[in-house]
Amino acid sequence: MDSYFSILFTEVYKILFLLVPVLVSVAMIVWLDRRVWAFVQKRRGPNVVGPFGLFQSLADALKYIFKEIIIPASSNKLVFVLAPVVTMTLALISWAVIPFDEGFVLADINVGILYLFAVSSLGVYGIIMGGWASNSKYPFLGAIRSAAQMVSYEVSIGVIIINVLLCVGSLNLSDIVMAQQNLWFVIPLFPMFVIFFISALAETNRPPFDLPEAEAELVAGYQTEYSGMMYAMFWLGEYANILLMCAMGAVLFLGGWLSPIDIFPFNVIPGPFWLIFKILFLFILFALVKATVPRYRYDQLMKLGWKIFLPFSLFYVVLTSSFLLYFDLLPGK
Amino acid sequence: MIAHSVFFYIFSLIAIVSAVMVTVSKNTVHSVFFLILDFISISCLFIMIGAEFLGMIMLIVYVGAVAVLFLFVVMMLNVAEQKGQWFSSRWDGGTHIPVGLLVSLIIFFELIIVIGGWKYKPDLLNSLSINISKEVTNTRSIGNVLYTDYILLFQISGMILLVAMIGAIVLTYRERAGVKRQSYVKQISRERDEGVDLVEAERNKGVKIDA
Repeated sequence: MDSYFSILFTEVYKILFLLVPVLVSVAMIVWLDRRVWAFVQKRRGPNVVGPFGLFQSLADALKYIFKEIIIPASSNKLVFVLAPVVTMTLALISWAVIPFDEGFVLADINVGILYLFAVSSLGVYGIIMGGWASNSKYPFLGAIRSAAQMVSYEVSIGVIIINVLLCVGSLNLSDIVMAQQNLWFVIPLFPMFVIFFISALAETNRPPFDLPEAEAELVAGYQTEYSGMMYAMFWLGEYANILLMCAMGAVLFLGGWLSPIDIFPFNVIPGPFWLIFKILFLFILFALVKATVPRYRYDQLMKLGWKIFLPFSLFYVVLTSSFLLYFDLLPGK
Repeated sequence: MIAHSVFFYIFSLIAIVSAVMVTVSKNTVHSVFFLILDFISISCLFIMIGAEFLGMIMLIVYVGAVAVLFLFVVMMLNVAEQKGQWFSSRWDGGTHIPVGLLVSLIIFFELIIVIGGWKYKPDLLNSLSINISKEVTNTRSIGNVLYTDYILLFQISGMILLVAMIGAIVLTYRERAGVKRQSYVKQISRERDEGVDLVEAERNKGVKIDA
């Protein structure tokens, strides 16, 4: 029993060591997002609180904490309160399997990529619960839209993951990174990387696919009735999910913690920094897309997901597997 | 080992309680939420016995896709009001109790057969299960069996699912008249000649367009 508790405490320590930086970086990327967005539109963005406005997110968080939490009288109270908690928890638990360096990972499980995929497919519940429990039209419509959108784009993300797994021969995320030592998968699987990026935008409800919270039609979608800290939890969960999707893209396609070239100035920089650079690179792409692309119409969104991405990525699975089979490159015999 | 059994009992307790709550709870949407909780705790049990692949697939397929559709149907069709009437005879369609009893009896006998076989021949389980080696991950061992010995069954079940899917689409699809669809090709290939029409308008007469 003693050994059990000592294991428990070391694990809790490790989890805190992972979660606190993740939460802080979520706050920071919200600021980064707004800054990038502002620079594209020739505005200044948040620049008042702290140096370069770095503490803007903390100020916002403080504001949210002191705001009153309003629970609508006709809402389903338990589910209403649970929804942001579910969103936030699911966004955070997936970080357990992201490898930051060789052996530097909280849970090095064999089915790491399936775990990530499963947790991201659970993410839809936070939104449905929030939308249904609010007992109001706009949140409900937003939730239904968002659920349909996330389920559709998950399918193509799953097929894209199969493409990568064919080249790796393992579901372990560290193995996936190590398989990219000679060649990052972004080069042979470039079309898949593009589709993954766009699907990730749709999966995290980012513009141009932010239909669930399209303000012109649905006020704020599923979060219309939320206020104060509960709204902030939705918002944190959303950004933690975006960061996670960027990390997933970095691990699957951009070689995780590996340096781009294995020569002197690059391989001195430790692995975690490379992973962070890659996540930031992908995130800035996310922010640029948000600033430049107009919103999709709903039927266009569905058409893109089911009629273009799904057949194309299925075709690419056939292509990849036949290529690997023909040149006898199949891994892990 | 103690921690292991503690977690086992926690997850099984959650699974059983939520399974009971699925049938007991008044609100249909709550039932679906309990069903999801049940799926999750069952997949935790799968992971605990080392079947991590099955546990994750359970999460992805049942919780990530099937239960979402359940929720959709339940939320949209407003089954909530009907559920209370199912078990009372006041509903004019009669009660569902006889059918429910029949189904649960069948399931009960199936369980008796399974558990009875286990009791009757204690080494049955060991002789049936494939030897699990620690070196091979269970994703690989499932793949080794599924795509060699059982490839035919696997393909046939895939075909059945495909036929069922197409059947469902055919049954529910109906052609609606007057639906405007956007054609990108048509939009892009539009030229100035067909788009713009120069009309010599007569004074005080006006022009009739869309003729």
